[in-house]
Order: sequence, then C-alpha cells, then structure tokens
Amino acid sequence: MDGHTHQHTSDRRELQMARSMCWHCQSEVSGEYFCDRCVKVQPVSKELDYFTCFGIPRRLALDQQQLETKFYELSRAFHPDFYQNKSDAEQTISLGNSAMLNTAYRTLRDPIQRAEYLLDLEAGSVKEIRTTPPADLFEEILELQDTLDEFRASDRTSDAAAALRSQLQSERTALEGRQRDMETQLQQLFGRWDALQDRGEATDQARTERDRILKDMRDILSNRTYVKNIVNDLVATIA
Amino acid sequence: MARIVGIDLGTTNSLVAYMDKGTPRVIAGRHERAMVPSVVALTDNGLIVGDPAKEHLTRNPERTVYSVKRFMGKDLADVQNELAYFPYTLTEKGGVIRIKLGEKTYSPPQISAMILKELKLRAEAFLGESITKAVITVPAYFNDSQRQATKDAGMIAGLEVLRIINEPTAASLAYGLQEKTQGTIAVYDLGGGTFDISILKLKNGIFEVLATNGDTHLGGDDIDRIIADLFLGEIQKQFGLDLNAHPDHMQGIRLEAERAKIRLSDELKTTVNLELPDGKGLFTRELTREQLESLCNALVERTLGPCRLALNDAGLTAADIDEVVLVGGSTRMPLVRQRVQDLFGTQPHCELNPDEVVALGAAVQADILSGGTTDMLLLDVTPLSLGIETMGGVMSSLIRRNTTIPASAKEMFTTYVDGQTGVDIHILQGERELAKDNRSLARFRLKVPPLPAGVPRIEVTFLIDANGILNVMAKDMRTGETQSIEVKPSYGLSDQEVERMIEDSFKFAADDVGARKLIEARLDAGALIITTEKSLTDGGQLISADEVTAIRQVLSVLAAAKDGNDPRTIRARMADLEQAAKSLTVAMLNDSLKRGLQGKKVSEVT
Ligand SMILES: Nc1ncnc2c1ncn2[C@@H]1O[C@H](COP(=O)(O)OP(=O)(O)O)[C@@H](O)[C@H]1O
Ligand SMILES: [Mg+2]
Repeated sequence: MDGHTHQHTSDRRELQMARSMCWHCQSEVSGEYFCDRCVKVQPVSKELDYFTCFGIPRRLALDQQQLETKFYELSRAFHPDFYQNKSDAEQTISLGNSAMLNTAYRTLRDPIQRAEYLLDLEAGSVKEIRTTPPADLFEEILELQDTLDEFRASDRTSDAAAALRSQLQSERTALEGRQRDMETQLQQLFGRWDALQDRGEATDQARTERDRILKDMRDILSNRTYVKNIVNDLVATIA
Repeated sequence: MARIVGIDLGTTNSLVAYMDKGTPRVIAGRHERAMVPSVVALTDNGLIVGDPAKEHLTRNPERTVYSVKRFMGKDLADVQNELAYFPYTLTEKGGVIRIKLGEKTYSPPQISAMILKELKLRAEAFLGESITKAVITVPAYFNDSQRQATKDAGMIAGLEVLRIINEPTAASLAYGLQEKTQGTIAVYDLGGGTFDISILKLKNGIFEVLATNGDTHLGGDDIDRIIADLFLGEIQKQFGLDLNAHPDHMQGIRLEAERAKIRLSDELKTTVNLELPDGKGLFTRELTREQLESLCNALVERTLGPCRLALNDAGLTAADIDEVVLVGGSTRMPLVRQRVQDLFGTQPHCELNPDEVVALGAAVQADILSGGTTDMLLLDVTPLSLGIETMGGVMSSLIRRNTTIPASAKEMFTTYVDGQTGVDIHILQGERELAKDNRSLARFRLKVPPLPAGVPRIEVTFLIDANGILNVMAKDMRTGETQSIEVKPSYGLSDQEVERMIEDSFKFAADDVGARKLIEARLDAGALIITTEKSLTDGGQLISADEVTAIRQVLSVLAAAKDGNDPRTIRARMADLEQAAKSLTVAMLNDSLKRGLQGKKVSEVT
C-alpha cells in the first residue's frame, strides 16, 4: 500500500519548511510531506502558504495545467481512501491534509481568490467588506437602489413595473460592463506585480511600487466585490 | 484486511457486489436475481424482506413497507404531503419518523437495516465468509442527516460502513473501469424515488466531481402516482367508487400503473385491467405511450433544471460534456432518454446495466479502500452549502456547495456579555438566505470559560469528511485546549438510540431464528400429517380398527399443535405421532416385503 507515498526529493523547499520532527519516529523531517525514515505522512504545517504547498512561485499568473497536475498528485498522496488500513493518527493527518489541499486548490485556481489570498499574505488581512459604494459610482448606485425599491413595491404585472424592469436591465448591463473593466485593470496590476517580483529588486523605488500595486489591487478588488453583489441582488430581484 | 462489499441501498431495489480479481460483480440470490426489492413485510411468521415481501404489498398493505429511503433522515413534517400515498402508518418519536408494523414501531434506519442484513446474508452465503464491512451508496444530493441515517442503518445491520459514496459517482467508477474513459462526463441517475446529476472530469484515473445537483424526491414512484391518480379519477367517475377506502386495491393500482409504464418503454400502447372491489367488475383502459409522455412530461422536465444548475456550477455548458451516462430504472423511458439527449446534444451511454452499475461502482470503491485498486481515486464534492445561523436568523455560509471533500472551515467565536459561559451554535445546510428555510443539522452549546465579554476566543472547525458527513471540533485559542463537541442531530438518531437499535436487532435476530424454527416445524408437521393420512388410506386395513382410531387421535392432536406458536411442542407431538403410527408403518413395510417376495417368486417360477 505504498503506491501513494511518492517522494518529492527533487523539489524540496527547506526554507519554508521549518525543520521539524517526525511525529512518529522523531527523526528530523527534511522532506516535504513524508518522513524520510519511516515514510509516515506528516501534517502540513499551518504556516505553509498555498503557493509553496503547490511548489509554485508567488505569482498571479499561473499555469492551470501545472496546478491541476500537482493537485492530483498531492490528492493521491493525502486522500483518506488510501489511509483506510493505517493508524488513527495517520488517518487524522490524511483528513486534515486533504481538507487543506482542497482549500488551497480552490483558492489558487480562481484568479480573484488567488489575488485576494496573495494580498492577504503580502499585506495582512485585507478582505475589507465595503458598505458604501465606490466614489465614482456613488450617484449611480443610490439611484439604482431607489429603482430597485420602487420595483419591489410595484405590481409586477403593471406597465410601470415593465418600464422599471427594462430600466434595471440596462443598469445591469452597465454594471456588468464596469465589472469587466475592473477585471481588466486587475489583470494589468497582476502583470505588474509578477514583473516586479521577477526583477527581484530591493530598492526603495521597488518597495514603493510594490505598495502601490498592492493598494490599487485591494481597492479594485473590494470595489469589484461590491459591484458584483449589487449585480447579484439586481438579478435576483428581476428574475 | 477483511473483504469489503459494495451495496446499492436503493429506494426500489437494493444490490450487493464484490470485486472478483479486478472485476466487480453483483451477487445473485438463490433465484438468480441480484436485485432485492427494498420491501419489508410483517407476516404471521415474522419479518420478511425482498421478493417474498413484495408479494404482501397487495395482500397486506398496512404491514408492508416500501420506499423507506424516502423517510431516511427526515421528520414527519418533511413528508406530510406524501403520507396519503403510503398505506402503512407513520408516527414520530423525538424528531425521528417511526413506521408502525403490527405492535411495534421501527425507525427508517431499522427498516433499511433489515434490507442490508438480507444483502449481507446473501454475500456471506455466496462468498462463504462473514461480511462485516461495506461501502454503501446514497443519492449525491442526500444531506448530512440522510447520510448519517444510512450509516446508522449499516451499524444496526452489523456492518461497519467504511464509506458512504454518491450513487452517480459510483456509477462513474464502474464506467471508468470498463471504458477507460477520459474527459468530461455527466451522470444522470433517475431511479424510483430520487434524481441526481453529477458532472465529472476523468483524467489519469482521477475522478474529479465538478458539480452535483438533484432532487431527493423525484423519481419513477412519482410517475406511477400520476398514472394511478388518473385511473382513480376515472374509476370514481365511471363506477362511483372511491378506492381510497380500499388500501389493498390502492396498492394494486399503483403496481398496475408501474407495470403499464414499464411496458410502454418498449411498446406504443398497452391495456390496463383492474379488478374492482364490491363486485363492481373490471376497469379496462388503453394507455398509449403518447398519453403517458404527456402525463409525465412536467416531471421529466423537472430533472433538467438541476442539470443546468450543475453545469453552471461546474463552469461549463452542455457542449463541454463529452459523454452522458444513464443510471437508474427510470432512464429506460424513451422520453427521458430523448430529453437528456436534447439537453446535452449527445447520445447517452447505457452499455452497463443501469440497475447494477451503482452497486458495481460501490464494489470498486470498496476495493480502493482495501488497497486492491490503487490507480483510481474519486474526489467528490459536498452537494449543499454548510453554514451557521447568525444574527437576525440569516445563514452565513462556511463551506459552499460543490466544494471538494474533505473540506473544512474555521470560525472564531467569542462572548457578548461578561462571564458568559456558553455560545449557542446552530448548524444549517442549504442554499437559502434565511436560516429557517434551510435544513437544520444540529444545535450545540459551545462551552466558554467565564471571562469579560469579547475576551474568550474559541475556534470552531467544521470538517466535512470523505463521506460528506460533518464533524465539529472546538479549540480555545487562549489555552490551546481542544473541546470535543457532542452534536445532537436535529433529525436523526442519537448515538445511544443507534446503540439500542443494534441491541434490539440482536433481539430481533433471536426472534428471527425463533420464527424460522417455527416455520420449519410447521412445515415438517404438515408433511408428516399428509404422509400419515396417506398411509392410513393405503394401509389402514392391515391394522386393527382400534389402532386406526388411536393414530387418528394423536394425529388430530398434532394438527392442533401445528397452529400453535411453540416449535418444541410441535416437534414433541410429531414424535408422538411417529410412535403411534409405528405399528402401521411396520405393517405396511411387511406387507410390501411380502408382496415383493411373492413377486419374485412369481418371476422365478416363470
Ligand atoms: N423499463 C422501464 N421503464 C420505465 N421505468 C422503469 C423501467 N424499469 C424500471 N423502471 C422504474 O425504475 C424505478 C426503479 O429504478 P431503480 O434504479 O431500481 O431505483 P432505485 O435506485 O430508486 O432503487 C422504478 O420506478 C421502476 O418503475
Ligand atoms: Mg438507484
């Protein structure tokens, strides 16, 4: 039953992996997820970030194919199906590692979630929930809220409601366009981030640039979430 | 490692399968039918399961339970609008449905356990070894309570349920093994009581479920009802007869409706004949496939919504689906095949027997768990979002539907008042905004050390395991202490109740053995009475009239004892009769010997 306990000898990341002891044989674990000596699975450290876990650089553009291949490989290593005959301790580790792996994959697979996660890593928790509309949309959204209220209160079969509905429809198209614009802006920021990382400069200028990108990313991400929620609400109301 | 079998515990039919040198096979019973009807009947001789129980559907409708799967993990309120369709009586005790059979009531897991036991016995008889471990399938869209109830049923039947897997994904395993398919597939499973759709990606032995959807209350049963309702209306009109007052005839109509439906999968029209009660004669009617299709079109249409939602959640369109696999008896209907083909734009697969494919897949999964198959791995998802109730009765989602399992989410809790020692947590499952519109899974009270408000920090981890079943753990972030949480399920059996039912099942097993002894004794007594009577007719003249009277006397004593309930008494009276009839037996033996000798002599002479 050792088919799944593959090795990652070629690809060790000692830097991120704090040197630790095997929970089972107490020897030093320098390998990735399995003890070199007793080959028992090791719990993935909570400090290990998702990029490191997948063995990919901390960039916002990534190769989906490579990500999937690694996900399947690690699933074969961790999945509870392959630990049925093992000790309770190993089964618990397998369950925890699999759950972590699945979260990591889901986060990295989606470009928006990936960016939010990266922001979190680079600048601390940032998923700020916007409660007021972004400045450039303020008027438009207040007006939209009024129209929505009016529509909700209307007799759905009336002509007035039909007019409101078509007004809301065009509002929806406009907002969805806005959302796409923001996504384009984000793509550009992602590219700038990756380029900056690739250059690997340690100058003040580079640091300023880094902070700028992160701040812009954060603003656009939270505006986008705000707009997306408004659109969802709108779609649900006129459905 | 002991052998693990795969079990499809269906609404209508159940099957058990095992892995035979890399090939999954279903296990047939004595009469070479692998399918065991999921029916349990209480007869004068005790509880019976499967084909013989099915015969009691019309003879003994109040004491014959079918489609019990519809009640797994539910309470009475959930099924209120269906009750009228079932001839047996449902009650409720402590949030769990109870089914009345004679004097006793049984929970749905107990009834299911009887079906599981029958399958277990079959497997044991066939494989010649004791079976204690199983993989059991459930509809993909089953919620936590329904999964838990299935696990309970296994335990009550004396089976360790190593894994609960989803029926459509099980089917995909059987297909994948057979066809070595790669690509994106949709599994459409329409059985007797449930509908499931799953979208999977198959690549290098990994079966990754992308999305699943369904309806746990939609299937062939519903089609039968529509047809039966049509007949009932017509009988009412034509004969002024309300059959609702005749439960046995109601079952007859339901079964005839099903038979007509099944015939119309192959024929374009069929004739229905129903014998009416009260000497009202015969109800005859022709039903065409066209009529059937217009009757059940809306039902079939209802399966397409979940298909579209699943595609949407998978981020795909119908054109992305490479292959469609059909599972479940109801997919034999031409209308269903047509609709599925129209939606996905591809001819559906049905190479494997749609009745068996789920059990075969369960056997494959069992083999993976026992370490036999190592190249295949199933990555399934949770069908429904999991969350907790927050302020204002709103559900806050922690794990979204279609998240790959195992999945976990953490949430930090604290207090609002100084010295508060507990936080109430209400766990929910479902897609609706408000807590009350979702399924309540469990409530529990988190213990908190008495401290100023806001100081305690308790991290609660919600973990959905590979069975799709929720586990909850809590950790005090200040002390690092972990708290094990006893989660009392909102619907379903507590651990103690399951324990008791396991004990009861041993008691029933004793009853069952008793029942079997009684049946055997009665059968043997009946046989002895018949042969003795025949001997009296054939050889009565060989003994004295007094002796004949004496034998008749003992025989009537046995006949009376045979109707009693004690097998030992029956056996004792049988011995009496054998003793009393000894003179007759000896006389007849001598007589035949004599005639034999005479015969020989005659032949020797000639
Ligand atoms: N040839 C057929 N045509 C139409 N329906 C059928 C046919 N054969 C079986 N069925 C229906 O299939 C259902 C049972 O399917 P099955 O997959 O065994 O169900 P389950 O998984 O719920 O136990 C019943 O409603 C039965 O009437
Ligand atoms: Mg089925």
